[in-house]
Amino acid sequence: MQDDIVLTMRGICKNFPNVKALKSVDFTLRKGTIHALMGENGAGKSTLIKVLTGVYTMDEGEIRIDGIEGPVSIRSPQDAQNCGISTVYQEITLCPNLTVAENMFIGRTKKKSVNWKAMEKRAGELLENLGIPARPRQQLGSCSLAVQQMVAIARAVDTECKVLILDEPTSSLDDKEVEMLFRLMRELKSRGVGIIFVTHFLEQVYAVSDSITVLRNGELVGEYDVKELPQVKLVEKMIGKDLEDLSVIKKGAAASQENYYEAKGLSSSAARPFDFRIAKGEVNGFTGLLGSGRSESVRAIFGADQVTGGKVTVDGKPAKITKPLHAMKHGIGYLPENRRGDGIIADLSVRDNIILALQVIQGMGRPISRAKAEAFADEYIKALDIKTASTDTPIKFLSGGNQQKVILARWLLTHPKYLILDEPTRGIDVGTKTEIQKLVLKLAEEGMSITFISSEIEEMLRTCSRLIVMRDRNIVGELTGESLTQEKVMRTIAGGGD
Amino acid sequence: MKLFSKRADGTRREPMTDTQLLLTITICIFVVMYGLAILILGGGFRKPQMLFDILNDNAFLIIISCGLTLVMITGSIDISVGGVTALVAMVGVMILNGNILWIEKLLGSLHLQPETIPTMRIVFALLMALLVGLAFGAVQGFLIAHLQIQPFIVTLAGMFFARGMITILSVQPQKAPQALMDILQKRIDIPWLGSLNKRGELIPARMEIGVVAALVIVILIFLLLRKHRLGRSMYAVGGNQQSALMLGVNVRRTRFMAHLLCGLLSGIAGFVFMMHTGAGNATNATAAEMNAIASSIIGGTLLTGGVGSVIGTFFGVLTLNTIKSIVITSGLSEPWWQSITTGAMLCLFILLQSLVLMRKKQSKGKKKRQKRGKGTA
Repeated sequence: MQDDIVLTMRGICKNFPNVKALKSVDFTLRKGTIHALMGENGAGKSTLIKVLTGVYTMDEGEIRIDGIEGPVSIRSPQDAQNCGISTVYQEITLCPNLTVAENMFIGRTKKKSVNWKAMEKRAGELLENLGIPARPRQQLGSCSLAVQQMVAIARAVDTECKVLILDEPTSSLDDKEVEMLFRLMRELKSRGVGIIFVTHFLEQVYAVSDSITVLRNGELVGEYDVKELPQVKLVEKMIGKDLEDLSVIKKGAAASQENYYEAKGLSSSAARPFDFRIAKGEVNGFTGLLGSGRSESVRAIFGADQVTGGKVTVDGKPAKITKPLHAMKHGIGYLPENRRGDGIIADLSVRDNIILALQVIQGMGRPISRAKAEAFADEYIKALDIKTASTDTPIKFLSGGNQQKVILARWLLTHPKYLILDEPTRGIDVGTKTEIQKLVLKLAEEGMSITFISSEIEEMLRTCSRLIVMRDRNIVGELTGESLTQEKVMRTIAGGGD
Repeated sequence: MKLFSKRADGTRREPMTDTQLLLTITICIFVVMYGLAILILGGGFRKPQMLFDILNDNAFLIIISCGLTLVMITGSIDISVGGVTALVAMVGVMILNGNILWIEKLLGSLHLQPETIPTMRIVFALLMALLVGLAFGAVQGFLIAHLQIQPFIVTLAGMFFARGMITILSVQPQKAPQALMDILQKRIDIPWLGSLNKRGELIPARMEIGVVAALVIVILIFLLLRKHRLGRSMYAVGGNQQSALMLGVNVRRTRFMAHLLCGLLSGIAGFVFMMHTGAGNATNATAAEMNAIASSIIGGTLLTGGVGSVIGTFFGVLTLNTIKSIVITSGLSEPWWQSITTGAMLCLFILLQSLVLMRKKQSKGKKKRQKRGKGTA
């Protein structure tokens, strides 16, 4: 083992029921470097991290750590800590009811009694040393998320840590806070800590990392020096051959001129008044930054938030949609952004999740027979290629992409005239993404109107023939035909570009 | 790092943590209430003995509530405490009466002098109290911490079990022999705290041994929660169980120990209860668990876990029973008035607590917004 290597993982394998999450992955971390671990969702990043931190135990492979003889066995988070591996997770894993100092020291000493004075003094020194704007006696819950994150890092650093894992640390921070975090990371790097940085923000990787390891579908693609790997190449490595596959998708024919749904001055408790229309067989989309009001707008269309005003016409006739049920009766379906909270019912079977919307439309007085439900479920599992052990499997055991397909099946079963898809491809693998995009275009060809929302502009450009751009909760532009280019969309989102 | 230099000077006082805030509220309210009672109702409330009577009558409740506070801080609950207390009291009385055969046989085999046998019975009663309490705590703690069964259900079963056991031991209410009760009910005079009677003689305030035990327990539990690793782990587990696990806290052991201690304290409470009443009865300590929960909540312990203090609980018991005394002293002697006022007070307290905590959160949000505003300006 070379001197500057702190961590080597060799031939790591991890199997879950039905899935090989890691297939013989190697990973090497050097002292005083920031090493980015990249990959699409489902590539195996989080599984690898969890193996390293003792949340999962690996099936095969060995882990060696600098200063420890022979391969180490890590069976619990405590084992990992004892080996000098510390982790800071995306969600803060500290106790909000305790003080900052306590959060830094609890669970670490063998001593039975707590010496508050010494603990607070030590915490104060550490915080000052690392330039973290928190006070030892402050209750942790009263700090901002970024500071909580940094307290977690300070704790990790103080535990004689050789390997620091930062798992999506920046996802809930704003730009300033991210900069603060990066400064801390560079400080630690200069002290010789090896940092594994997991993120899906490409710019952040290039801002702080020294090297990059890319995973795809549970396999190692390679380890690269940041300077040798331009951003485009990195994306290529992450997405792999699927990239060509994506370009195959062609936009459907022009939609008819007849509007299916039209709203004038529609507003809800969360959305400002806006006008909106969609033609039969059209695919359009709301785009804008997170929080620009795109989700709130479609929720208003579906009646998911309290509707406060506006005139709605469906299929030429005036309609009143104030509850999701009204919308469903008018042939509108809505695939929500928050799949876990608003979409799936985790403990129900795949079958029950599929027939849910149809059952609601029919009314509880007319239950769908078991045989019929089984037939429906089978039909859509085949049609959408949903990977599930049986129709009886609780949906929570399915992968994110397959859960999404089940929800999609739920709506398709009701034969909607107008389907709203809010972030249908988030958190699912590239292959399924393409499938869903293809499906959207196919459905539109068959005459269904579809509103598509995605954070990925490229995806929107591929699927939508008209884009409604929102900024600060107002519609600021509408782009069609020629003007549907990435640059134009970006300029409209950013403002001042017509 | 402008932010930091401003704070490093140390002149600014740290805002209170939730636990400290709620404790302060409780103590303030108790002091104000008792003060008002002295001013308006006068009479008995002017004499220190009134406070000591409340303590004498509720020493067992203080002990139970301490245990419950531990459990509630870890985010769990124990509703078997009243039943265990009553069971222990019954067992104790029966031992004192010489009704438990194997203990009598054991005493017989020790070849003791006949006059020391009653005293030995007291010792055995205390040992059995600790044993029964520990047994309940251990079994319930194991089921809750290691088998992850809902605490409410486990301890509900424990409650029924304990109450049922009392009736199996004796259907009839039992009374301890007077000679022994004279020893157990010995009161301690506090010469420097008393009141003058009509003839101008000082009548010292009197306190039962149980109160001393309760105060010692309050102090011990306070030290445990404040200074001991186990106590701090309890707060961590109650604050966020998943985080506590990630921080290296032994969550199972902590939860187990909380329930074990709670059981042990219920056992001690049962003995103290027996010392106070000298009676074993299936209806003993009825609804004690509810009073203990109410006291802990009034004392600033949150049912959601992670926040609370045993000092607060002590004042919670005092507050709850002072309210009852006030109700009785004001001439509303029917029992339902006590229940109604207790219910109303509990509501009021919870409302007050959530208002204060909400305000605290809001002011934090405001500060953040102001900070942001400055940043962009």
